[in-house]
Amino acid sequence: MENKSFLATLKKNAMLIVMVLVYLFFLVLTKGGIFSPSSFTELINQNAYVYILGVGMLMCMLTGGNIDLSCGAFVCLLGAFGGVFMIVRGMGAGVSILLMLLIGVVYGVILGFLIAYVHIPPWIATLSGFLAFRGLGTSILSNNSKTGSLAPFPVAFQNIFYGRVFPTEKGVFNWACFIFGLLAAAAVVLVIFVTRKNRLAKGYEADSIRAACLKSGLGAAVIILVMTKLSLDGGIPTTLLWVAGIVLVYSFITGKTTIGRHFYVVGGNMEAARLSGVNTRRIMFLAYLNMAVLTAIATFTVIARSQSAYADVGKNFEMDAISACVVGGVSASGGAGTVLGMVIGATLIGIINLGMSLISLDANYQRVVKGFVLLAAVVFDILSKKKER
Amino acid sequence: MAKILLEMKNITKTFPGVKALDNVNLQVEEGEIHALVGENGAGKSTLMNVLSGIYPYGTYEGDIIYNGQVCKFSNIKDSEKLGIVIIHQELALVPEMTIGENMYLGNECGHKYAIDWNKTYSEADKYLKMVGLQESSKIQVKTIGTGKQQLVEIAKALAKKAKLLILDEPTSSLNEEDSRALLDLMLSFKKQGMTMIIITHKLNEVSYVADKITVIRDGSTIETIDNHGTEPVSEERIIKGMVGREIVNRFPKRENVKIGDVRMEISNWTVHHPLYPERKVVDNVSMYVRQGEVVGIYGLMGAGRTELAMSIFGQSYGVNFSGELKLDGKHIKMRKSESDAIRHKIAYVTEDRKGNGLVLSQSIKVNTSLANLGAISNKTVIDGDKEYAVAEEYREKLKIKTPSVEQLVGNLSGGNQQKVLLAKWMFAEPDILLLDEPTRGIDVGAKYEIYCIINDLAAAGKCVVLISSELPEVLGMSDRIYIMNEARIVGEMKASEATQENIMATILRSGRGA
Repeated sequence: MENKSFLATLKKNAMLIVMVLVYLFFLVLTKGGIFSPSSFTELINQNAYVYILGVGMLMCMLTGGNIDLSCGAFVCLLGAFGGVFMIVRGMGAGVSILLMLLIGVVYGVILGFLIAYVHIPPWIATLSGFLAFRGLGTSILSNNSKTGSLAPFPVAFQNIFYGRVFPTEKGVFNWACFIFGLLAAAAVVLVIFVTRKNRLAKGYEADSIRAACLKSGLGAAVIILVMTKLSLDGGIPTTLLWVAGIVLVYSFITGKTTIGRHFYVVGGNMEAARLSGVNTRRIMFLAYLNMAVLTAIATFTVIARSQSAYADVGKNFEMDAISACVVGGVSASGGAGTVLGMVIGATLIGIINLGMSLISLDANYQRVVKGFVLLAAVVFDILSKKKER
Repeated sequence: MAKILLEMKNITKTFPGVKALDNVNLQVEEGEIHALVGENGAGKSTLMNVLSGIYPYGTYEGDIIYNGQVCKFSNIKDSEKLGIVIIHQELALVPEMTIGENMYLGNECGHKYAIDWNKTYSEADKYLKMVGLQESSKIQVKTIGTGKQQLVEIAKALAKKAKLLILDEPTSSLNEEDSRALLDLMLSFKKQGMTMIIITHKLNEVSYVADKITVIRDGSTIETIDNHGTEPVSEERIIKGMVGREIVNRFPKRENVKIGDVRMEISNWTVHHPLYPERKVVDNVSMYVRQGEVVGIYGLMGAGRTELAMSIFGQSYGVNFSGELKLDGKHIKMRKSESDAIRHKIAYVTEDRKGNGLVLSQSIKVNTSLANLGAISNKTVIDGDKEYAVAEEYREKLKIKTPSVEQLVGNLSGGNQQKVLLAKWMFAEPDILLLDEPTRGIDVGAKYEIYCIINDLAAAGKCVVLISSELPEVLGMSDRIYIMNEARIVGEMKASEATQENIMATILRSGRGA
């Protein structure tokens, strides 16, 4: 019995374990390079867009394996607009952010309407954006700049999306960051034990005391480790706040709210959902509206980091987001998958990317590895589900 | 006596848990039209699937002897090679393709790697003439009506050099005129020496075309009646064979029958087909349900029962609605919205629990709360504990056999799935429950439990509309029965006055009168 539940736990957290193993692998290969404080900052900043777009893609995929191919090209277009607003016209960061969000909402409404109410298959509706937006973005850029790129973005904008909270010099220990880490770790421990206590009080199934200790101990340890590393590298990156905020909000929406539940049942059985009074069209509409808004936020983090808007920005982002979802166990046919799973998937891919660039693997081989990791993840997922029956 | 073309000997076919065919025997003479009759689910289609190789040799017991040879078909191609061609009830034509392409689908003429289109179309035209169609074989199938599509199916069978033609309810989607034309075509084929088996529910057609009639009931052959006497075989005679089973006490007793006022009433309710808006799927139906009453709606498949129920439930099926819906005497202006219907306390329990009833990839808990999530959530935040408690409550109430309400619905048996479906709608607290085939495909024990739940619902003052194609079920459960045929209500009876014979007779009479 003990053995069986141990195996089940292993299976349930397989991707997490794979992630740890891959990390250890690169730890040896980079002779500890991947454990340096700057690697942690890099991992977060480099992958912020994957987490944000991954959340949006998750919501789309939940509705029945639908994807958004246009988000990468839309990042390019929005970046070009941002460049025009802030650099060419010299508008303030706040106004520009609002305008870019508005453009995101407009695109989301049009896309959502076409998919939910005109019944255009999502991949076709978004394929046209994929084709059109990069062309549009590039032409805006070349009309406004001789080099075809706009730079640099104002400092205020960069501080919001690519700055530090209470920054300190590198190497100086950032106490604000460390204390924040302690608080977050304490919160995780508290949540796990309070939930367990409530469930036990009502006589429901709950984790054993050992599992709860293990879970909260590991969670707290990882948080404190990461935050300590960040404390040595100048403090909390603002991107971490954005990513963590979005991840927490959407974990709550998908896990605890009626609207989140509706996303799952629409993907599980669209007709049954409709006949149970779920407004299935509205859910499809919301999925794509949400995707466009999150794409706008992802754009902010990306152009703030690169400090410029250029023609190639956002290339293959849609594929990164889809990969993160698929590796994170989101069902390609919809109805199953969690935000946390996607986060693990994105982190796994992020670790592989970072590790490969730290050992200076040829870029072409990096792509080969990524392709096989994706395939392996899906094969693994399907096989492990088969055995359950 | 003419030569026996086909003999099926002691055919037994078992599906997991059910014996669909039990020692069935069938003899068909060369050049005759043989009718196969029986209730829905009696085993007619299964028998024909055995004959045509859809269920390959080895999956059934018994022998098929065709033209003096024992046949061991491993697929449908094998039987077609010998000239046994089946035309299914559901038209199997691809609407976007031309008639010619459809006729030679999977049987293309020409070289192995290149289709000879000239030959295809000229051959196709030849066969179309034989069935009396003037259309060119180069037009798309979707441009011709269903009557002509049925003729194309027959032309397709002829193109396969059919010697034994099996027609599974060929007239079920045809109007009176087209049906008659089709039957006459069959008679002219007979003169040319073709052998045919026809499966049909329309007994007037049987006595019109058939030479012999074999009655199947509950998976066994009951009798074969000769239709060659001076008098044609009477329909009463056939009906007796079809339904003449003993009815044991399979239904729980209703206690506390207290029937109150009329709660729901529809009048002149008409609905059109969503894809063919000129076709009426519900035609000028008027009916009512009273508090605490179980009203049965009986009709054969395709009579329009599901369409009626779904159109009442927030117009979830069909287009161009007309008619009036009254709840508690008040006129209701319904929009095309399922959540509106739920708000008006109407529930529709679908006949197809896997297709559009349950989310199989989710847990019992999630499915139970789905139609009434508002009741277990605070604003929009779901109270997980409350949800769990509700699911547990219904698990106990309906005796759903499962280790936990976290179990995925897809892992449950049919009967337990049906209970989860009922739980979902009971939790939505409706006043009016439209139950569409609530016992389809579940075993006798689970059926009894579902019947008890229905009785409890009625005793609690709910209005229950029970739609079923099983006559004994309708007779055993209802207080009042509506009989539906060809999109219309053709009769209404008190349960005390209804018998299997007079319900069947009502349907047959209505079909002929049209």
